[in-house]
Amino acid sequence: MSAMHDAPEALIRLAGITKVYGSGQAAFQALRGVDLSISAGEFVAVMGPSGSGKSTVMNILGCLDTPTSGSYEFQGVHVETMDRNQRALLRRHFLGFVFQGFNLLGRTSALENVELPLLYRGEPAAKRHAAARAALAQVGLDGWEDHTPAELSGGQQQRVAIARAIVTNPAVLLADEPTGNLDSQRSVEIMELLTELNRQRGITILMVTHEPDMAAYAHRQVHFVDGRVDSDARTPALEAGT
Amino acid sequence: MIWNTLLLALREIRRNLLRSFLTILGIVIGVAAVITMVTLGNGATQSISDQVSSLGSNLLMVRPGQRMGPGGSAGAPMFKLADVQAIATQVSGIKAVAPETRKAVSVVVGARNWSSVATGSTRDYFTAAGWTLSAGRIFTEAEARGGQAVCVIGATLQRELFGGGDPLGESMRVADFSCQVIGVLAAKGQSAFGSDQDDTIVMPIRTVQRRLTGDPDVRTILVSANDSNATEAVKVRVETLLRERRKIGANEDDNFNVLDTKQIAQTLSTTTRIMTTLLGAVAAVSLLVGGIGIMNIMLVSVTERTREIGIRLAIGALEHEVLLQFLIEAVVLSSLGGLIGVALATGASIGLSSLMSIPYLFDPGINLLSFGISALIGVVFGFFPARRAARLDPIDALRHE
Ligand SMILES: Nc1ncnc2c1ncn2[C@@H]1O[C@H](COP(=O)(O)OP(=O)(O)OP(=O)(O)O)[C@@H](O)[C@H]1O
Ligand SMILES: [Mg+2]
Repeated sequence: MSAMHDAPEALIRLAGITKVYGSGQAAFQALRGVDLSISAGEFVAVMGPSGSGKSTVMNILGCLDTPTSGSYEFQGVHVETMDRNQRALLRRHFLGFVFQGFNLLGRTSALENVELPLLYRGEPAAKRHAAARAALAQVGLDGWEDHTPAELSGGQQQRVAIARAIVTNPAVLLADEPTGNLDSQRSVEIMELLTELNRQRGITILMVTHEPDMAAYAHRQVHFVDGRVDSDARTPALEAGT
Repeated sequence: MIWNTLLLALREIRRNLLRSFLTILGIVIGVAAVITMVTLGNGATQSISDQVSSLGSNLLMVRPGQRMGPGGSAGAPMFKLADVQAIATQVSGIKAVAPETRKAVSVVVGARNWSSVATGSTRDYFTAAGWTLSAGRIFTEAEARGGQAVCVIGATLQRELFGGGDPLGESMRVADFSCQVIGVLAAKGQSAFGSDQDDTIVMPIRTVQRRLTGDPDVRTILVSANDSNATEAVKVRVETLLRERRKIGANEDDNFNVLDTKQIAQTLSTTTRIMTTLLGAVAAVSLLVGGIGIMNIMLVSVTERTREIGIRLAIGALEHEVLLQFLIEAVVLSSLGGLIGVALATGASIGLSSLMSIPYLFDPGINLLSFGISALIGVVFGFFPARRAARLDPIDALRHE
């Protein structure tokens, strides 16, 4: 698949994306025309005040939600014209998603939760187990494979959710506040993990965060205000942490 | 993919054991109730028609009095042997005619005694009443004419008085005379009215009249028609003849009645069939209630399930894969419930029918039907809520509250 527009290496291109929740009197415009282009291999931090539309744009990028208008190209293919199954296959094969609220299956062990995306990819059992264990180990949860979400702390659940998103080795990892529930030590570990995934596996990462410290790990910081991209700049290496 | 989906469905059932159990329970009870009721009803119907036909085939029972039952014969003249003779010679289409005069007696053999009923009749009685012998012989014409003290006993007497051993040639004390056993009747079992048909002694009618009743009356005349379709016609002919012989005027009512056992059989089996249908209907309601229970459980868990569906869709499941999983889950659960129900019903039916001493008749139709209905209920109530959820955008399913 190839892109034909200005930036040939653009993996994701959003143009004029709007999102309106509800209708009539209760209608609320969460996104007011978002233009955003992301190249393969980038590590992008999405920042902005609460309610500025960060999660909304992540959901649209993750094909979990559909925009009200605008165009979304993934590897040059228009996602907004895809049908449900095509979008599901896009999720299955290219995307990993870490939800703001984890969204793990209850009464299901960490291992089984992490295996689930592989199951839908039709991987054989042995391969599934091995990959799921490795992913859990990567997020520092070896030994916790058999625990169900109810038996895990918020931070541990967060890490299971990350393991589930990276177990398929996706082209793009979309993480909505992956460190929101973690202490700073754990947060640093997760950031280092993401950095490693980005560098070594070449996974493109989009991460929502409120913390400048965490955003500093990214190459690029996109600021949302009021449903629009307010600023979009490369992380100044020397100013990291401000 | 199917295999994986099956695996997922089974895993989900195991994971939610309580919910699965409750889902199954309604179906188990409903299916078991329907099958048990219908099976027992069929058994009862069968047993009643067996018993009625054991009275004798195409049998008419003629009794004095306007109606059957106690007091029905008050004031009406009894029959005589001549009436029996007249029917035998003047009514066409009959296989056998026999008088019947019965008397309750106590019977003693050695140290054992037993209360039974002595039936006096002719050789034709065995044909008319449908008796066969398991041992020995019936009385001869000469013995009958001479009023000899010979008797043919039922299986119950053989068991109670002779300990099941060979009674042929033995003597029994019947009331105040001694009677020689010459034959044993093959067992018939209980009658349609619950009495033991094998608790009987048959002897020549002269013997009973002389030694037990002391009068020449015939209490009942048994008429066996040649053909089961001819019983109506034979009945009319017998009535005409008897009205003539008893000198009943054209505008007077009969002072006797003729009972057609086929009619009893039909009435009884119609009654039990109605009962079976009613019980089946009640049981069907319980199956329905079971179905509503399932629906309830499915709806209660719909929030949780909708979120689960949202998660599965979000990590790359296709709509039809999620649906297949839920479909398999619903089918597995309800067929499991159906199977347990069928097993339970089989056990209960066998147990209850032996308790009620009716035959156990396996009815494949009702088993298949209730199994099918249970599967259908499970699929409908398990599948449709899931289908609604799987059609949402993943994010809407995840937000479902
Ligand atoms: N399903 C919905 N229905 C109606 N309004 C919604 C819905 N989801 C989000 N919104 C609104 O859209 C706006 C943007 O929400 P969004 O979740 O994208 O914010 P956010 O930037 O992720 O905030 P936070 O940092 O708190 O997570 C908010 O004002 C929110 O109230
Ligand atoms: Mg958010």
